Amino acid sequence: MAETDVSPAIEISELVVAFGDRTVLDNLSLQVRAGEILGLVGASGAGKSVLLRTMLGLTAKTNGRIVIFGVDQDKATALELQKLERRCGVLYQQGALFSSLTVLQNIEFPIREYLDLPNRLMREVATAKLEMVGLKAEDGEKTPSELSGGMTKRVALARALALDPAIVFLDEPTSGLDPIAAREFGVLIRTLQRTLGLTVFMVTHDLHALDTICDRIAALAESKIVAIGSMPQVLGSADPWVKSYFRDVRSAPARGPAIS
Amino acid sequence: MTSPRKAAPSSSRYPASIRENGLDNLVLCTATAEQLEIAGFGAWTADNAARLEVAIEDANPNEAKRMAIDMGGVAELDTFGAWILERLMRGDGRARQVSLIRLPERFRDLVEDVRQTNRSVLPSIKRRAWPLARLADIGAVVEAAAAEGNRLASLAGALVALFGGALLDPRRFRLTAIVHQLDRVGVRSVPIIVLITLLIGAIIAQQGFFHFRRFGADDYVVDLVGILTLRELGVLIVSIMVAGRSGSSYTAELGSMKMREEIDALRTMGRNPLEVLVLPRIVALVVALPLLALIGSMAALVGGGVVASMQGMEPSLYIARLREAVSISDFEVGMIKAPFMALVIGLVACAEGFQVRGSSQSLGARTTSSVVKAIFLVIALDGFFAMFFSSIGM
Repeated sequence: MAETDVSPAIEISELVVAFGDRTVLDNLSLQVRAGEILGLVGASGAGKSVLLRTMLGLTAKTNGRIVIFGVDQDKATALELQKLERRCGVLYQQGALFSSLTVLQNIEFPIREYLDLPNRLMREVATAKLEMVGLKAEDGEKTPSELSGGMTKRVALARALALDPAIVFLDEPTSGLDPIAAREFGVLIRTLQRTLGLTVFMVTHDLHALDTICDRIAALAESKIVAIGSMPQVLGSADPWVKSYFRDVRSAPARGPAIS
Repeated sequence: MTSPRKAAPSSSRYPASIRENGLDNLVLCTATAEQLEIAGFGAWTADNAARLEVAIEDANPNEAKRMAIDMGGVAELDTFGAWILERLMRGDGRARQVSLIRLPERFRDLVEDVRQTNRSVLPSIKRRAWPLARLADIGAVVEAAAAEGNRLASLAGALVALFGGALLDPRRFRLTAIVHQLDRVGVRSVPIIVLITLLIGAIIAQQGFFHFRRFGADDYVVDLVGILTLRELGVLIVSIMVAGRSGSSYTAELGSMKMREEIDALRTMGRNPLEVLVLPRIVALVVALPLLALIGSMAALVGGGVVASMQGMEPSLYIARLREAVSISDFEVGMIKAPFMALVIGLVACAEGFQVRGSSQSLGARTTSSVVKAIFLVIALDGFFAMFFSSIGM
């Protein structure tokens, strides 16, 4: 394993986020390597969303440093930050599609905002994205209110990928999907990650996704990263929260034949 | 960054013209007798997509019978570049030979993926000829207006039925909800309504003094203020204010409840949304609006009186003159209209609220149209009342 060769896409060091006198993240350090899929797990209210929002600059941090692709959020100029944002795609938990635009217009939106492209090329690229996430070209004419949960997630992913970002942040991409749709979505993320050379940071509770598509898993508990590494490494952690979270996975091999 | 598409190009591969211009040239085209050669260079990415498209179109590739595309010099490729490559290879459907050479291994998956897209031809939207399209537009407007009238009438009918049912079983009136709505649309709008009507009364009186004084008819200013505010303006201004203030909030509330499926939830719990949400709101409005109109009319009279005293008319004289000028029937004419105004505002607001569909845009559009329709109907209704009262001699 040539782990040391891989430069980090995101480097978080000694991050502190506090609301009033309640400290949500306390001296948290985390590295996301370029080209990997990192899954973040943690109890509800442990601060996963806060961590994600802080990385995206939506929530102010109290202390610490966040460097994404060598750009320090505190030192960067407005232009540098904008360039960085263009290289980040975000899939929000509820999709956050613009309800007044059609599906295709939603995907075209970031392209239209950042690039000066002819309409035809823009429409074709947006349609290509739509089909790459497994939807049909006809779906582009629908409005977000006509979509099922799974389709909403796919469209949101297509929009997050609209500008071919280098890193995508996924907030619970498989929540609200049935196991089959969730598995398909996981496979889709993995496939796109390989073809597009993406770095993926995902918050998820989907044990199957963690096991099959994530390269590494980070566990957030008590305001810190308590375990990080591949699935076997995390399973070997002595932390009580991690132990109880992955209890079923540990016993899964024993139950395996019974399920199949 | 070591994502697969971002490997550094070895500069020796580039021809001299490319090296001189930096990586500014994205394609290099060589047309020979037998074939067109297109060699790609640099970053075929989103940022360069517009230039790349123009550069390729300049080479006029669709005319060539044989074409070779050399991707060996392309250092970065994303979906944009891959799609432009795919489009180049597809051409415009004419039979020709295209060969793709030296495509770097790391781009192969992406190119393959993009090849599968944009295969289906979307059915184009049929456009009617201009005169037909205009006629169809007019037809659609008439149909929408008829549907709107139908909706208002059926909502009114359903409410009458509910009201009748509630009279037999008073618990269905939901006293708590009515009181809550009364507080919102009635009590809380008193300050703004008093302020506005006070100013209106003052303005009418001021204008009256300005013009009537020339004829020495100062006294008739009191008639003007009294009759105008009691018969017409008090209730009209208050209705317009209520349509803007409370009607819009009814539409927005019901609309967002509809969007979040709260209304469906209510229905599946066996509760009629009209009974739970609409009836209390409309009852509250019908009770509150006459009271507000009364308060508003009084405030307008006070406003007129303030201006009168500033113009040198004694308050006692103003009141005495007012007593002579206005009759109880002026007051009745104004107050009879108020509940009907409230009914119209409430019906329009609730009907529009239920019309909201999934998007936030439709919520905004419905709220706007609720206020516009309610104000229009209130003024139209006022006109009808004016004709009615004059024909029965009130």
